[in-house]
Amino acid sequence: MRKTLDQLVKGETGLIISVTGEGRIRRRLFDMGITPGAEVYLRKKAPLGDPIEITIRGYELSLRKDEAKFVEVEVKS
Amino acid sequence: MKERIVVALAGNPNSGKTTLFNSLTGSTAHVGNWPGVTVDKREGTYKKLEKPIDIIDLPGIYSLSPYTPEEVISRNYILDEHPDCVINVVDATNLERNLYLTTQLLETDVPMVIALNMSDVVRKNGDSIDVKKLVEQIGVPVVEISALRLENLDTLMAEAYRMAAKGREGKTIIEDKELSHLISDIRIAFKAKGVGNPLFHAVKLLEMDEIEVANHPDLVPIVDEYKKSHADKVFGTDYEALVADARYKYISSHYASAFIRANNIENDGKEKLSKSDKIDKVLTHKIWALPIFIVIMFIMFHVTFSEDIFFIGRISALFQGVAFDDLELITNPFWVKFFSADLSNETTSLNGIPSIGVFLQSWFGFATGSLINLIAGIMPEGTWYTSLICDGILTGLDSVLSFIPQIMILFLIIAILEDSGYMARIAFILDRTFRRFGLSGKAFIPMLTGFGCSVPAIMATRTLEDEKEKNLTIRLMTCFSCGAKAPIWALLAAVGAYAGFEAGFFVFSIYLIGIIAAIIYALFLKLFSKDTYVSPFIMELPTYHLPQFRNLMAHLWEKLKHYVIKAGTIIAASTVVIWFLKSFGVEDGKFQFLMFNEEVLDELGNPVIEGGEVVTEWVLHIDKSLLSYIGRGLSYLYYPLGWGMGNDGWKYTVSTFTGLIAKEDVIATMAELGLDDSEEGLALIGALKVEGVYAFALYNLFTIPCFAAIGAAHGEQKGKAFWITLSWWFLMSYVASLVCYWILHFCRTLPGLGYPLLALLIALVVFAGIIVARRHKKANLSL
Repeated sequence: MRKTLDQLVKGETGLIISVTGEGRIRRRLFDMGITPGAEVYLRKKAPLGDPIEITIRGYELSLRKDEAKFVEVEVKS
Repeated sequence: MKERIVVALAGNPNSGKTTLFNSLTGSTAHVGNWPGVTVDKREGTYKKLEKPIDIIDLPGIYSLSPYTPEEVISRNYILDEHPDCVINVVDATNLERNLYLTTQLLETDVPMVIALNMSDVVRKNGDSIDVKKLVEQIGVPVVEISALRLENLDTLMAEAYRMAAKGREGKTIIEDKELSHLISDIRIAFKAKGVGNPLFHAVKLLEMDEIEVANHPDLVPIVDEYKKSHADKVFGTDYEALVADARYKYISSHYASAFIRANNIENDGKEKLSKSDKIDKVLTHKIWALPIFIVIMFIMFHVTFSEDIFFIGRISALFQGVAFDDLELITNPFWVKFFSADLSNETTSLNGIPSIGVFLQSWFGFATGSLINLIAGIMPEGTWYTSLICDGILTGLDSVLSFIPQIMILFLIIAILEDSGYMARIAFILDRTFRRFGLSGKAFIPMLTGFGCSVPAIMATRTLEDEKEKNLTIRLMTCFSCGAKAPIWALLAAVGAYAGFEAGFFVFSIYLIGIIAAIIYALFLKLFSKDTYVSPFIMELPTYHLPQFRNLMAHLWEKLKHYVIKAGTIIAASTVVIWFLKSFGVEDGKFQFLMFNEEVLDELGNPVIEGGEVVTEWVLHIDKSLLSYIGRGLSYLYYPLGWGMGNDGWKYTVSTFTGLIAKEDVIATMAELGLDDSEEGLALIGALKVEGVYAFALYNLFTIPCFAAIGAAHGEQKGKAFWITLSWWFLMSYVASLVCYWILHFCRTLPGLGYPLLALLIALVVFAGIIVARRHKKANLSL
């Protein structure tokens, strides 16, 4: 099943399919290791549900839902 | 080879770069700002080799993209300043992401050594790294070090020294055949133009990097031409994505295998919870995160600013049934003197044990105060030069230095929070709430600090990466009533009986108005700003670890130097100016120093005589001073605010002026001019009526805090932004005072007009809030 990263449920793992958005934000996502083919695991959400915390390439990264919307993932079952 | 060798440290944030820098340079380190931006520039010298090596600590970065000031600084430095060697600090526990930067650095022609830091942690986890394999793949020397335990640092430096002599040619990991051709074409074009590091520029131009496109528009057609015929299967002609992807792919296929993981992954594919994960589970817990955070914040400010640590005084008062004011917690005179830093013979009482911050500050103040008295004692009384040195320079310096103990304690705690990894989590927890006001979660700490003192609060904005957010946070700082303003509120609250308002409510309302004003300003700023861009919040949450003592001390030392130099120079100069204006003027038809030795008179106006001699004292005729004339002139400016009117208008004007030295000086000056807490004084102030008192209070709340804060702001803001801040503070206080005066004035004298006006004001604010909230929702939906 395909979703955007912000829709991932806590504990779910997904494979990154594509990264949209533009310029600076997209580049930042790339630089932090969010590239197609990488695996993301949704570790947790902040107490108010946003931002989210993911594990990517072996480290913890937090990003807002607004930014996570640019990342499309295939959910692993 | 050159006389001095320069080695630059480059690496990710949290890679241990700063620890390495501190270990290599020790006491030789000094910190400034990179030209034009307020990003730390650390420089030092390594002296253990035959030649001294200058070490430059570049800001922590993840990439050499053109988007953040840190990245641009690092990039420009490496490309244009020709360091002899770059040491790329790589966190061995997180090879994959750290090596991403390495692949970009490799494309430059600068000699390079990789410092594989935290290799001790890797071994401790039972994992290991095949260094030999890594060297083969990367092609530059790799040295396993532990910056913390000082392991292999000499080997690292010897290797850097050796490589510096050798030189290197850039190398790219991009293997795609088609793309390689293009890169080599552009590279040749760059070389023909005589540009250094041609390979690096070639790859960046391929990515359509903003900086390269702007600097070399003539070469852009090569890429455009190529794009017409060559599209990647996955990425099409999006070469930026293609290159980023290629780097990570290359890392996984060529380097990642050098990391040999011990078998700690269980069969179900879940990793064991590390200590850091367990801590994190508690600290960012869905329910407990906020309460824990509040407790930590409370402790932080409590140990810095509280006069009654852990409420011992108040609690014991409760149990002993004695009024708080009458409680003498500690009766042993030695301890009373010790805790209150009062060595006089007068009896003092203590209602609680002071926090470490207050305690140190009391003693610090005692020491500097004694020194000033000592110097005053040996100089002739009543001369202008004694006054210049004691009342001008020394008192001015004292007002800067007296902040030091509390600043140091506060920064120690902030450094611990930051170093341990908790600060990033604070931002994570609070981001959602703060984003509505155009701020991120990180802005919380400086703002809260503002209630203690604006000076460390402004300095703490250094942790805010986004320039816009930093500026807004600094400008909102005066909304949070600092400790030095409290005496003003206390005096004005006492006026309540004469002007007709409730004293306790007054102080509370001032703090509340401050916070509400901050929200209103932030809301209106969002309402009128066309720029809807919100800086991204894509932030690493580093592994928790114990803060390093050496790092904390180095950090404190930096802050201290920065503060004393920046704030000290501005303060010294400006206090002397105010001193001059206050102490000189025209009396008896001539311009002179206004300190006079006068007889002390008793209540009936007769000279006081003690032991057969007339008692005299030195009195400053401030009402004849230049400052009083300036005050009289400028008081017209404050006519619309109510408190500038009337016979005493100039006195308030002058007080707000001397308040620039330190906010305590507002009431000190008022007292010198007869507006003190005596019955006559209070009655005089009471003549301002409720609207005048509130307007005067709000002016002092929002206006330019003090010279020390100006110094701090100047350290954090560059050029225009700094001047905007100063004007913002002034305008904010003027407008708030004006609005407050007239609305309250009409509420009192013409309720039929006053209350509707008040309602209109509230309606406007609510309306603005709704619009901003709507816009926020819309922006979210349109994504």
